[in-house]
Amino acid sequence: MLYREAGQFKSSYAQDQQIFPIRQDRIAFAALMLFALAVVPVIGDQYWLSAILTPFLILSLATLGLNILTGYAGQLSLGTAAFMAVGAFMAYNAELRIPHMPSLGSFAIGGLCAAAVGIVFGLPSLRIKGLYLAVATLACQFFVLWAINRIGWFSNNSSSGVITAQRVEVLGYDLQTPAAKYVLTLCIVALMALAAKNLMRSETGRAFMAVRDMDVAAGVVGIPIMRTKLLAFGISSFYCGVAGALYAYCYLGTVEPEAFTLDLSFLVLFMMIIGGAGSILGSFLGAAFITLFPIFLNLASKQLETLLQVEIPHAIVSNVEAIIFGGLIIFFLIAEPLGLARLWQIAKEKLRLWPFPH
Amino acid sequence: MNFFFEVVAGGLLAGVMYALVALGFVLIYKASGVFNFAQGSMVFFAALTFVSLTERGWNLWLALAVTLVVMVLMGIAIERLVLRPLVNQPPITLLMATIGLAFVLEGISQLAWGSQPHGLELGVPDVPIEWLSQKWNISVSQFDVFAALVAGVLVAALAVFFQKTRIGRALRAVADDHQAALAVGIPLQHIWSIVWAVAGFVALVAGLMWGVRNGVQYALTFTALKALPVLILGGFESIAGAIVGGLIIGASEKLAEVYVGPFVGGGIESWFAYVIALLFLLVRPEGLFGEKIIDRV
Amino acid sequence: MSAPELQVQENLQRVGEVILSVQGVSLSFGGVKALQDVSFDVREREVRAIIGPNGAGKSSMLNVLNGVYHPQRGRIALREHVFSGMNPRRAAELGIARTFQNIALFRGMSVLDNLMTGRNLKMRASFLQHAIWLGAARREELEHRRAVEEIIEFLEIPHIRRTPVGKLPYGLQKRVELGRALAAEPSILLLDEPMAGMNLEEKQDMCRFILDVNDHFGTTLVLIEHDMGVVMDISDRVVVLDYGRKIADGTPAEVRANQAVIDAYLGVSH
Repeated sequence: MLYREAGQFKSSYAQDQQIFPIRQDRIAFAALMLFALAVVPVIGDQYWLSAILTPFLILSLATLGLNILTGYAGQLSLGTAAFMAVGAFMAYNAELRIPHMPSLGSFAIGGLCAAAVGIVFGLPSLRIKGLYLAVATLACQFFVLWAINRIGWFSNNSSSGVITAQRVEVLGYDLQTPAAKYVLTLCIVALMALAAKNLMRSETGRAFMAVRDMDVAAGVVGIPIMRTKLLAFGISSFYCGVAGALYAYCYLGTVEPEAFTLDLSFLVLFMMIIGGAGSILGSFLGAAFITLFPIFLNLASKQLETLLQVEIPHAIVSNVEAIIFGGLIIFFLIAEPLGLARLWQIAKEKLRLWPFPH
Repeated sequence: MNFFFEVVAGGLLAGVMYALVALGFVLIYKASGVFNFAQGSMVFFAALTFVSLTERGWNLWLALAVTLVVMVLMGIAIERLVLRPLVNQPPITLLMATIGLAFVLEGISQLAWGSQPHGLELGVPDVPIEWLSQKWNISVSQFDVFAALVAGVLVAALAVFFQKTRIGRALRAVADDHQAALAVGIPLQHIWSIVWAVAGFVALVAGLMWGVRNGVQYALTFTALKALPVLILGGFESIAGAIVGGLIIGASEKLAEVYVGPFVGGGIESWFAYVIALLFLLVRPEGLFGEKIIDRV
Repeated sequence: MSAPELQVQENLQRVGEVILSVQGVSLSFGGVKALQDVSFDVREREVRAIIGPNGAGKSSMLNVLNGVYHPQRGRIALREHVFSGMNPRRAAELGIARTFQNIALFRGMSVLDNLMTGRNLKMRASFLQHAIWLGAARREELEHRRAVEEIIEFLEIPHIRRTPVGKLPYGLQKRVELGRALAAEPSILLLDEPMAGMNLEEKQDMCRFILDVNDHFGTTLVLIEHDMGVVMDISDRVVVLDYGRKIADGTPAEVRANQAVIDAYLGVSH
């Protein structure tokens, strides 16, 4: 009833191609962005801003990166965490060693270095596919982590390999509070998500999907397969690199290489699968789900504790979490391989007809 | 020179361990075309179940039998609940499903039996063989040799199973072409259950060997990942390849760690096998024993 | 003049010089000889059919023409370019487009997106411009969208432009694949069994589209087809392959009367 498209005709291809073709969607999105940008930093409490919303945004960005490579371009990657690590440590070094380097600049350098690493480890994709490519990315994951650990230069020769992120400064403003870091993260992620959406609905995105669906046919149509695959690795790693830099500067503060293990790569992969491979919105939905679910589980177990008068050790909760995550992956792959994003689409379609059933 | 032999021997025997885990992968991949990312978790679960039972005072053979039954049941359950609904999906989907399965199994293992590491004893001590160390000054563990023998027996048994028995023939038919196997009346789903059960058994053997070597702890699941380079070298569908690949990876990894490691700060073992596999892939994607795939459009 | 003679006159005026020439091409896979010393030429704006029994090497011939397979021996001459093997991308750049026997569409994308990929070689914007969108990328996208919409109208498929291609019935998929090939504005169109699996009505539609393409845009057509009625009706010249060798080459009437062709493929009506 409210969600009708009646009266909204498209009289040009330009109108047909908008990101939000339906007016109600545009209004809702604008409202959401306004709320997130102007209201949340003011009313949000410290815990929510620094421990939930900011990491949610950062992980969404990482998932976006993985989605570009695996969801859109079909190149399976298990090295997401390694690219994030490169972004974090190179941003640190850029800020440290280049005088007068602005924070945003070091984030960008982190991203570019990650892109370079991504392209190098993406070279095998020109000859190998699928599972074999996953092994190549595993090699990347383990090698990069070892290199960052062993080569003192990365952590400025700190004995434990731990680095402490410097202050974040944008346009002269010192961003110390959780609210400030949240707003910075939100702006960066929003802009990069817009860029990703633009990329994926343009010829670049079509080339990625063509290579994913049938690369022989893509070549026949004139798409440069090699360049397309390397571009996918490069762009994806750039996104993961920036996410890694934000992870260090706006979330963790002190960073050790162990923050970027294979488990993190799997976590981001889960976010992509649950949220929906090949969907920008899906990256956010999946990250939201996986960020919020452990909190929900913790709350539930606390309730259970008071209800049953027993103490539930943390180990049990985290194991149940692992079981449910794994189970959900399997469930989604069976029931709705396109994840939460597809479920969202279906819900919207039903909403258009509401209150009528069909 | 003696030291070199010692390193090589140690590496080869470590390679046997890798090969044991790789065998499970090969079985499942051969029969159902699925790469079972959860094989490492199965190894972990088997070892953990066995050790928890023996620590509670159960007789070794009884614990073994019960664990075996549990693994077989688990294999059948996996086939029914995870694989059957996903039967026509592309391989990347199945791979991701087994990643999810790995997490589920790890969670269940630790939920059921706790997460402390356990030591494992099988009756064969981990001490150097007397006459080798006395006569030639080479230190080779008794247990390692025992593990190699076990692996040899297992491989021989599997080879006989596949080549000589009716079920083995059916498994090979299924591995080659699902539709054709169905067409001649082979019950596909029974076969897959059997394969996963056998893979569970192989996981148990691997779990026991690894458990004695490294203790039964969460890190065991990462051995699954080490099997990947083994499979790339040996091909995903060859039992002989798994053995040869395992030996090559094991030996080269140890040699690299010992001879190259000191120059770069050590820790090479975490990535060396993968990089070797990567380089190999660029030259010969189908592995030493695999078949070249020709893409017909 | 009689009607057939008039037709021949018209054809001679439409058909131009030799644009594509296959010279002594041999292709084998392992021990299987797919093509053995095949030579023929194709003239500009003509409709050239390749026929023959299954396994004769017809699809392999097409694959050689657009670079998917590399022949062990022989050469292809395309206007002034001569090559013994090229990659599919180069073939596309030289103006060759094709459809496949088993439909090589991008199943995850909509009809519209599939057709837009056909415009790939004409798009100039870099990925950075795509990321920004406003400006060059948006202008280019709209311009090519207009071109593709014309093809959508031409092929009568506007109602399915947003449908994911994997969900379409076989006949429509084949039409979409033709659309993608047309989107590239090719000078030579290779069609691998464009009418396979279609009913009579679909075949007539497809015939109409193909002939329109040849008429209006002057596209040279090389097509593999099993339906003899279609081949005899629409082709200017026919090449007959059997077991990888060429056994006949000429007008439909000549080929139909050729004894070797009758023995190998056509049979005799009783």
